[in-house]
Amino acid sequence: MQESTNKKTNVLIRKLMIVVVSMFGFGFALVPLYDVFCDITGLNGKTDTEAAQVNDDGIDTTRNIKVQFISHITPGMSWEFRPEIAEVSVHPGETKIVKFYAKNVTSVSMMGQTVPSVAPGEAASYFKKIECFCFEQQSLAGQEDVWMPLRFYIDPEIPDDVTMLTLSYTLYDITAKIES
Amino acid sequence: MTTTATTDTDMAHDDHGHHGPATGFKRWLFTTNHKDIGSMYLWFAFIMFLTGGSMAMVIRAELFQPGLQLIDPDFFNQMTTVHGLIMVFGAVMPAFTGLANWMIPMMIGAPDMALPRLNNWSFWILPFAFSILLMSFFLGGAPNFGWTFYAPLSTTYSNGSTAFFVFAVHIMGISSIMGAINVIVTIMNMRAPGMTYMKMPLFVWTFFITAYLLIAVMPILAGVVTMLLTDTYFGTSFFNAAGGGDPVLFQHIFWFFGHPEVYIMILPAFGIVSTTIPAFSRKKLFGYSSMVYATSSIAFLSFIVWAHHMFTTGMPLVGELFFMYCTMLIAVPTGVKVFNWMATMWRGSISFEVPMMFSIAFVILFTIGGFSGLMLAMAPVDFQYHDTYFVVAHFHYVLVTGSIFSIFAAAYYWLPKWTGYMFNETLAKTHFWCSLISVNLLFFPMHFLGLAGMPRRIPDYALQFADFNMWVSIGGFAFGLSQLIFLAVVIKCIRGGAPAPAKPWDGAEGLEWTVPSPAPYHTFATPPKID
Repeated sequence: MQESTNKKTNVLIRKLMIVVVSMFGFGFALVPLYDVFCDITGLNGKTDTEAAQVNDDGIDTTRNIKVQFISHITPGMSWEFRPEIAEVSVHPGETKIVKFYAKNVTSVSMMGQTVPSVAPGEAASYFKKIECFCFEQQSLAGQEDVWMPLRFYIDPEIPDDVTMLTLSYTLYDITAKIES
Repeated sequence: MTTTATTDTDMAHDDHGHHGPATGFKRWLFTTNHKDIGSMYLWFAFIMFLTGGSMAMVIRAELFQPGLQLIDPDFFNQMTTVHGLIMVFGAVMPAFTGLANWMIPMMIGAPDMALPRLNNWSFWILPFAFSILLMSFFLGGAPNFGWTFYAPLSTTYSNGSTAFFVFAVHIMGISSIMGAINVIVTIMNMRAPGMTYMKMPLFVWTFFITAYLLIAVMPILAGVVTMLLTDTYFGTSFFNAAGGGDPVLFQHIFWFFGHPEVYIMILPAFGIVSTTIPAFSRKKLFGYSSMVYATSSIAFLSFIVWAHHMFTTGMPLVGELFFMYCTMLIAVPTGVKVFNWMATMWRGSISFEVPMMFSIAFVILFTIGGFSGLMLAMAPVDFQYHDTYFVVAHFHYVLVTGSIFSIFAAAYYWLPKWTGYMFNETLAKTHFWCSLISVNLLFFPMHFLGLAGMPRRIPDYALQFADFNMWVSIGGFAFGLSQLIFLAVVIKCIRGGAPAPAKPWDGAEGLEWTVPSPAPYHTFATPPKID
């Protein structure tokens, strides 16, 4: 009787430990799951990390979408970084070029990386970049400046309720990471 | 449920003299007795309650007047953070585990917990966890990023306390997981013959379900703090956008743990009042099986509502609607419970002993907290309420007047069984009325402050909030002092008083009342018979 209880207890403990360990693993599995989920739904406002093909679906001239540009610099990053204009109005399908200005105000050479984000998140997957400086890393020598082009269009399939979207770029200092 | 007392055999068992309590400090250090460990959990929880409470006093003192008077904003942030962490992980959860340790074996007719040595260990690592957390105050500053430790506040912008915080949380998590495994094994394997699942007291049921929630989500918490640790110190980028991570992912993982966690802190409270209300209404609990099903459905729903904490993170409309409706669905099983308690009292011959007073206060005030929760569940409205004092009012109504009032009800209900003496009723009633009045003065005006737009976690505020904040602070100090009355009642009750009979409450039911008061060191060495 005592022995069978002990055995039952051990089996149960083992099962419960499996639950604990697999839930610990599930916490980590949420990281790639979230990425996949966001890739499909555009939930987190991340845009495609690769250049899109030129639009050949035609231009929907009946609609106008306002695209706002904002730039952020992370703390410790001593560059200037701003869009040439704050906002453009585009028809879905129409290709536009907007330039961003970056200047390394220090006297040493530095590497920067910009990360884009689109709000509202559901619009992110319809925002197509044909050419973007965010696809590569920027290397600027001391006091060097550069105008960086962004060529984009908005997929005409974009839901009707989106009339305005905001594209935000955050500039990170990756000099240390590249060197190490 | 009729029960047969088996106390005679227990006494005989004790007379053999084996396994009596050891003497001195070693009794507590090496004990594997569920009653000793339960008592230690309860004392530890009370000490933490006073520790976290004194931090709340510091917060309320600073907020007594607008402007910065006493402490600087960084220390204020440390106070709000550590207050939250201590109250959640140090006060409420250990208090419930203590009650479970004391009562579950006695309620199901088991001689002890199934894994007594593990039990000892899960208690004794807790003081170390909280020492590490509190130590950080003296080593460069305690965590100041809120108890929710959102990245990047806890990674990029941390004041260096992240490592202390992470190790403390790991230890607390291990303790909770071991405690939960112990409870599940005890309940599944050690019930007395005849104690079927649907005959178990509701406190046992609710803690059984809580234990499952614990083993499901505490590992997630352990995982997320580990990611935080590697992000801060080892260069990973789980939550760092520069490296391809996403700070919003942190919030998803955290709240996937965090929402079940809030039910971990309230389900045992449902079990407690489902025990006390029938006892003092002298009626059977109305709708026992619906209570069990309601508890299970709340536990299930708790896993699919986490993003209602994140309505303002820019979710798509479909997501907001899904989480909004799922959240509102929780009101259904919770409503079932509230109506069952009311139906239990309906036409009962109610008497107002102190545990009953706390239980009735629980039902009313928890319902207020539930309703403000329903308001917060509405996504469009939440944009207005988010991060205001309305949220603070909501979760303090469910945690203080909910969980903590239920713990007081449980303590008063079982104190005679634990100590063998009746507590001083006048003093206990004073504790109740002082707590009830001050707690409402403390938390009710916070609703108005929040609706008027006062943000939470800010050491200063606009002038128009001054009057309400002064009242809130006065309520806070009064509530804090009232808890010293509770300490006095408990100490007096341990030292003496009118001897308690085996069953001091005439309407009480359950196996724990079939053993004498105080409960002998070993109970139910021979399982009781249950028909």
